[in-house]
Amino acid sequence: MNWAHDIQAACGGMLIGLSAALFLLLDGRVAGISGILGGLLGPRNRATAGNAAFIAGLLLAGPLYRACTGRWPAVHIAASWPVLVLAGLLVGFGTRLGSGCTSGHGVCGLARLSRRSAAAVATFMITAFITVFVTRHLMGGGS
Amino acid sequence: MNIIVALGCGLLFGFGLALSGMVDPARVLGFLDLAGAWDPSLIFVLGGAVSVSFLGYRLSRRMSRPVCTEHFDLPTRTAIDRRLIGGAALFGIGWGLAGLCPGPAIVSLGLAQGDGAVFAVAMMAGMLVESLP
Repeated sequence: MNWAHDIQAACGGMLIGLSAALFLLLDGRVAGISGILGGLLGPRNRATAGNAAFIAGLLLAGPLYRACTGRWPAVHIAASWPVLVLAGLLVGFGTRLGSGCTSGHGVCGLARLSRRSAAAVATFMITAFITVFVTRHLMGGGS
Repeated sequence: MNIIVALGCGLLFGFGLALSGMVDPARVLGFLDLAGAWDPSLIFVLGGAVSVSFLGYRLSRRMSRPVCTEHFDLPTRTAIDRRLIGGAALFGIGWGLAGLCPGPAIVSLGLAQGDGAVFAVAMMAGMLVESLP
């Protein structure tokens, strides 16, 4: 049962990697979501039409998944709205300050063997592990 | 042409996120909860993604230019500085609080998912604040 779970996870991951590879080979760019979205929102924008198209693709991915599999992807959000707002602000601010997120530093940066990205991934993994430990095991309940 | 490529890559990326379980904060938090009933499956997501992405990167090194544009536009910075580490640390705290990172947040917007939309709007506000001079 878990085995099927892990294979599906690996297949999904390989599609993500394929998208990053194609975006690089065809459009010559790194598929970093925070950079692509942030480029649309701030003054540092370049290649805005391409950015908008990539984001549109992400928005349409859920409906495409529904069309292909007959069901919506599972999304279980336990956090309250104030926690979601705080978390969203931290993720938005932090990914722009640190120039990347799970995709730009993780999927693309690690593949490019970038030490800078490896340092970023190690940092956000550690603070995420600590945050979950504190909210789930020290504060009890939480998200 | 490169607009169509970007749209297709966004669709593929989001489909991969949905298939892998990354769009489900419960799964992500299960992975981040080392002291709980740990769910290792996100290692397979990252492993699958990085290995295919790595092959693409190796292939790109043999090309003088991308197929649809004039030149490669890759990050050039190598410094591991306070901005990088501070930003990554803040991002990790937010990721650990909600279980959502930027890609899944945008995909969940497309699911008309109320809680995901609250997160996504706050995330875009955070990005805007950072970009202010």
